[in-house]
Amino acid sequence: MTVLTIDWILLIEKLALIIIIIFASLGIALYTTFAERKVAAILQDRPGPNRAGPFGILQPLADGVKMFTKEEIIPTHANKWLFILGPGLAMVASLMTCAVIPWGGTIELFERKINLQVADVNIAILYIFAVVSLGIYGIMIGGWASNNKFSLMAVLRAASQAISYELAMGLSLIAVLMITGTLSLGEMVKQQQAGYWNIVYQPLGFLIFFICALAECNRTPFDLPEAESELNFGYHQEYSSMKLGFYLFAEYINMIMSSAVMATLYFGGYDIPFVDDAKLFTSIGNWAALIQVAVILTKIVIFIFVFMWIRWTIPRFRYDQLMNLGWKKMIPLALFNMLITAFIVLLKHNGWKF
Amino acid sequence: MNTLTNRAKQVNRSPMTFLESIYLWEIFKGMFITFKHMFKKQPTIHFPEQTRPYSRVFRGLHVLNRDEEGRERCTACGLCAVACPAEAITMEAAERLPEEEHLYREEKYAAKYEINMLRCIFCGLCEEACPKDAIYLSETFAPANYNRKNFIYNKQDLLIPNPTTETELLAKAKGETK
Repeated sequence: MTVLTIDWILLIEKLALIIIIIFASLGIALYTTFAERKVAAILQDRPGPNRAGPFGILQPLADGVKMFTKEEIIPTHANKWLFILGPGLAMVASLMTCAVIPWGGTIELFERKINLQVADVNIAILYIFAVVSLGIYGIMIGGWASNNKFSLMAVLRAASQAISYELAMGLSLIAVLMITGTLSLGEMVKQQQAGYWNIVYQPLGFLIFFICALAECNRTPFDLPEAESELNFGYHQEYSSMKLGFYLFAEYINMIMSSAVMATLYFGGYDIPFVDDAKLFTSIGNWAALIQVAVILTKIVIFIFVFMWIRWTIPRFRYDQLMNLGWKKMIPLALFNMLITAFIVLLKHNGWKF
Repeated sequence: MNTLTNRAKQVNRSPMTFLESIYLWEIFKGMFITFKHMFKKQPTIHFPEQTRPYSRVFRGLHVLNRDEEGRERCTACGLCAVACPAEAITMEAAERLPEEEHLYREEKYAAKYEINMLRCIFCGLCEEACPKDAIYLSETFAPANYNRKNFIYNKQDLLIPNPTTETELLAKAKGETK
């Protein structure tokens, strides 16, 4: 008699998927650091890191070894447990996001349909927002535990920035939710596969979401929490060795995850452009799913490139400019976008033809 | 007020319009500029593989010269050491024995000749002082080292390869072959 039957194969399957996704995102993050330096170099007419291996391809490994072998310093007056918890929390929060992102269609292996999404929860987008907001705790705890006024100032900035930009982000997201009528990311991608990508309906919403994503990732021009020139690297000033590495890594993983979310919400997720995915599945089977994974990765790479391109183009905002932009420009625009979308959705519900 | 040049520009201090204040257009312009830089030629010289050509009068690492028959030219007169403002050169003289005529050009030679490359300021006064054309400043510079002691260059480090017996090495030192 079995009271609770557990589908062990499902468990193993999901576990394998989780491990693959986590290692893949760590690997991509590793090479994103390299890409960042290369992109910066190319935009500034210089060759960039090119000594470790051909074209400097082994540079991230060299950086990793450097990070691991550096001295681990915990300041005497720091709160030791929180000091260690900070980077760990930042890392965990940024990795947790990847659970709900649909990385591709379904693969058929050993007569089982494997969905390339760890958890197809029907409130995926809410989950992402919750986890992203947790990410700020990693920064705040780290900065607070450092017992350093620059770090504290930096986390105050980080917190206020995250709050002000999450509002506009949520408002721009509501417009998407009104169009799709679902909170599940998998469902959203399926709708976009059938019709047009959401960017067609929501250009302004995407722009606001993109700007807010920049702010959420603490990327230039919104990198006030780690402003080198004003705050001595802000919240990770007291950090050294791999704890610093974790913070930097978490930032890059955040970048990848927000790119993935943007690709899923506005650019059709794993939808292959100009191709009918369903037909492709009947003709080449599992390969189609792999192509879809490649497609979403390509979209992510393009987004990351744009992130870097912006970073190496414009300087940091001043704090008052940041707040002005967030509260006086982004939120009204997002509200406007939301109202217009709501109006049109309402008209459509009442049988108007466009 | 009169301006000194006619290049003075009036700064526009009128308040920003809404479109200006979300900075988008200016950011796009900036991004276009950086995008253009992706296709520009890099001015970088990849140092260990490529080097900038030195001037003909570059004053680098010293060499001690030999004559055409491969004999050392230095006669240990000490004029270079006297001329040296950094006091980097020391030497000890010795008398040439009859069977050493193929080694040293003059009757007196430098048994020991040392230049401290940490003191040397590469002014080239030793080169000017030398009456025997024995010391020259070459077009290379002193390489880095882990040890202060290794920066004191002795005669073996400074002497050029013998033109009669070590022709290949000499050609390599002159940069004629690779």
